[in-house]
Amino acid sequence: MNDRLAVRKTYKLYVNGAFPRSESGRTYEVTDSRGHFLANAARASRKDARDAVVAARGAFGKWSGMTAYNRGQVLYRVAEVMEGRHTQFCAEVEAGEGLSGSKARAAVDAAIDRWVWYAGWTDKLGAVLGGSNPVAGPYFDFSIPEPTGVVAVLAPQQSSLLGLVSVLAPVLAAGNTAVVVTSKQRPLPAVTLGEVLATSDVPGGVVNLLTGDAEELGPWLAEHADVDGIDLTGAPAGRAMELEREAAGTVKRVVRPSATEPDWSTDPGLSRITPFLETKTVWHPIGV
Amino acid sequence: MTHVLDPDALPDEARALMAPPPPYDDVTRSDAAFRAFLHGLPGVDQVGAEARVAMLGTRSIKTTAKAWAIDTAISMVDLTTLEGADTPGKVRSLATKAKRPDPGDPTAPQVAAVCIYGDLAGVAVETLAGTGIHVAAVATAFPSGRASRAVKIADVQDAVANGADEIDMVIDRGAFLSGRYLDVFEEIVAVKEACARPGQDPAHLKVILETGELVTLDNVRRASWLAMLAGGDFIKTSTGKISPAATLPVCLVMLEAVRDFRAATGRQIGVKPAGGIRTTKDAMKHLVLVNETAGPDWLTPDWFRLGASSLLNDLLLQRQKLRTGHYSGPDYVTVD
Repeated sequence: MNDRLAVRKTYKLYVNGAFPRSESGRTYEVTDSRGHFLANAARASRKDARDAVVAARGAFGKWSGMTAYNRGQVLYRVAEVMEGRHTQFCAEVEAGEGLSGSKARAAVDAAIDRWVWYAGWTDKLGAVLGGSNPVAGPYFDFSIPEPTGVVAVLAPQQSSLLGLVSVLAPVLAAGNTAVVVTSKQRPLPAVTLGEVLATSDVPGGVVNLLTGDAEELGPWLAEHADVDGIDLTGAPAGRAMELEREAAGTVKRVVRPSATEPDWSTDPGLSRITPFLETKTVWHPIGV
Repeated sequence: MTHVLDPDALPDEARALMAPPPPYDDVTRSDAAFRAFLHGLPGVDQVGAEARVAMLGTRSIKTTAKAWAIDTAISMVDLTTLEGADTPGKVRSLATKAKRPDPGDPTAPQVAAVCIYGDLAGVAVETLAGTGIHVAAVATAFPSGRASRAVKIADVQDAVANGADEIDMVIDRGAFLSGRYLDVFEEIVAVKEACARPGQDPAHLKVILETGELVTLDNVRRASWLAMLAGGDFIKTSTGKISPAATLPVCLVMLEAVRDFRAATGRQIGVKPAGGIRTTKDAMKHLVLVNETAGPDWLTPDWFRLGASSLLNDLLLQRQKLRTGHYSGPDYVTVD
């Protein structure tokens, strides 16, 4: 008989490479799919979102300035560390999403594979999405994709790990930095991903994970003048249009949510990378 | 009163030239007397000072009070650039920013002054003519203060001749820490004389104590009194070149000193924390400290300044947030 006392957990946010409590001091209870208590999570406030944007902006220069190859290596390293946490991820996905053990394992496997897949894309984007353009003049004309900047991500509410990875990894692979609002009911895999990111080689501030309510934080991020793009996948039902209108105030790149949460197991292609890339075209005089 | 028993007492005529205001006109009669006076000041309870500023720092200031605090803080900023790489162009753009901090919002107030090296004061004076914004020049071998007195005086005279109407001098910390208080005092008096401008009021003298090098709060209190007795118009925490620079406990001690000095002599002295104040929150903590320590009389740019460079942008971002209702970003303020 094991009569050891349970270690009650109160998780914190992941902002700028550190694990602060919410500035508001708020927490909320996270339960499993049957309503049993799992842990306490920090409930981020708008000021946490503001701090996260400042951190993401500060980290953007370093992350986007890395060579694409190096960025790919760093992301691959994240997948390695995730693999080491495989059991923990499985337990959290199983409890949070109410999946069977084998389905949870499959979801975690797919999430890690997805991360590796995006890690491989970093140094291929230039070749696939850019190139030289034939122009009628004495110019060598070429286009290259460049990261957009700070991207706010409202992560999917249902798929807590595979969905999260599927929206976060493309943002990072493109060279952007991210402020992520995690699934409200199922934040634990995101918390663990924060611990993975903190112990891999990703510079602090590149990924900032806010557990809490997308309904509360979404408008602040959509209106924030220093956010360059927003992925509304996890936006509360019926609020996406409103958020998109707010985002238009500073002409953000917006990814609209589908009516129901997509099937994350299918091949996403480049559909989640290209919205957060800007094409720069250079006209270089030749023959003079 | 004569002090025939004091062997190193100065001759009366020398003392008369630099006597502090009554009732302290007697304390500088000799090195020994001055040391006895400064060391006789009550000691500072460091733990108490830290606890007090921590308590005052928790004040929550929101909505209209916050808007007032931001505008007041902007109007108190001494916009500073003190780099070896400063150029006339950089000073001109800084002065332009001082005149209109937020180009997109004409309601944003002007700053109090620009603070630069003395050789560039002329450029700032030209750009700021007619605006009422002061030109403060650092002098006396800033930031170390390690030069002979003749060189320091020449430095001050040069800055005044270039049109600076405020002089930020550094005290000789070496002399202060080794207990030669009267040397420090005489130097401040001499610099004050060098601030004279024929036909006008003398340039305002701000005395930089460089509290980061004074080590203890007791020393900060002594240096504050020393600078006030010597005729400084402002006492300023730091050069900004040494860390720690302006901390709240240091500012508390200095504000207590100016409060007590006015109560005793009737002369009001200004306070300028400088260096390390980067966020609106820091600035508001300082304003709360001023109000609660020295009193609302000091809550004007004439008696309280914030020496800063990056602070202004943060104040403007917060101002924009209050005006528009959404968070702003560094793309919406000037890059300096």
